[in-house]
Amino acid sequence: MAKRIAYFIAGLIVWVLLSWTLHYQEVLAGVAVSAITAGMFGGYLPLKAGKLLNPVRWFWLIAYIPVFIWQCLKANIDVALRVLSPGMNLKPGIVKIKTNLKSDIARVFLANSITMTPGTLTVEIKDDYLYIHWIEVRSDDPEECARMIKGPFEFFLARIFD
Amino acid sequence: MISALALISLWLGVIFVLLGALGLARFPDIYNRMQAATKCVTLGVCGIMLGVFLKTGFSALGIKALICALFILVTVPVSSHALARGSLIAGVKLWKGTVKDKFTEDRGGKSIIEEEK
Repeated sequence: MAKRIAYFIAGLIVWVLLSWTLHYQEVLAGVAVSAITAGMFGGYLPLKAGKLLNPVRWFWLIAYIPVFIWQCLKANIDVALRVLSPGMNLKPGIVKIKTNLKSDIARVFLANSITMTPGTLTVEIKDDYLYIHWIEVRSDDPEECARMIKGPFEFFLARIFD
Repeated sequence: MISALALISLWLGVIFVLLGALGLARFPDIYNRMQAATKCVTLGVCGIMLGVFLKTGFSALGIKALICALFILVTVPVSSHALARGSLIAGVKLWKGTVKDKFTEDRGGKSIIEEEK
């Protein structure tokens, strides 16, 4: 039930932001739509609702945003330089790294964040391991690969979701 | 001032989308192309959306642009992951310069790295 309520509130917020008006007809339609979708899909929310009320997690989420944007910018400049350089400096390969994150949602966010960082693309998650296509394999040692690829993400995601 | 920032953001977005398209044409195999298509194009589109937001401020249009940027940021990595994984399992060849392929090794399949001619 708590999951459905959390889903309902999130849906209503998105609805109000999208319609950008507080006219009662719009809000009523939003309530109806959010209630129906929450009833249908709320049970699939991959989070414990209690975690949503914890302010420490929200603090880490907000601290994560600038870190993510900085990494994302670095990634883009890195790939852009490769596109423009004549030889392209490619040395691609698929490596396997271990993650210490426990919950599914944290792993999804780790995989997504890795996909957005310099030249790495997550291809598969199996048990505790992530397979990553890396545009320039800079090390043979799995430990060092993991450290280079994960960067600061695991630290933050463990505090946000686990 | 804000209008200038909006223009800078829009132009950065356009440049990154252009670079992404160039990467799509230049990189040798599907996996490397996916790198260009995910990173550059996501940041480019987010830059354009941010530019629209800065230009229009807190209006129906600006907020929609921000929400679009958020959805793109969450969904593009997922779709590129699905495409890359699908191609690996279907056995699309990796470029000949690829140094290692742990994925196929662990699945025990035949190497799918393209051979040197």
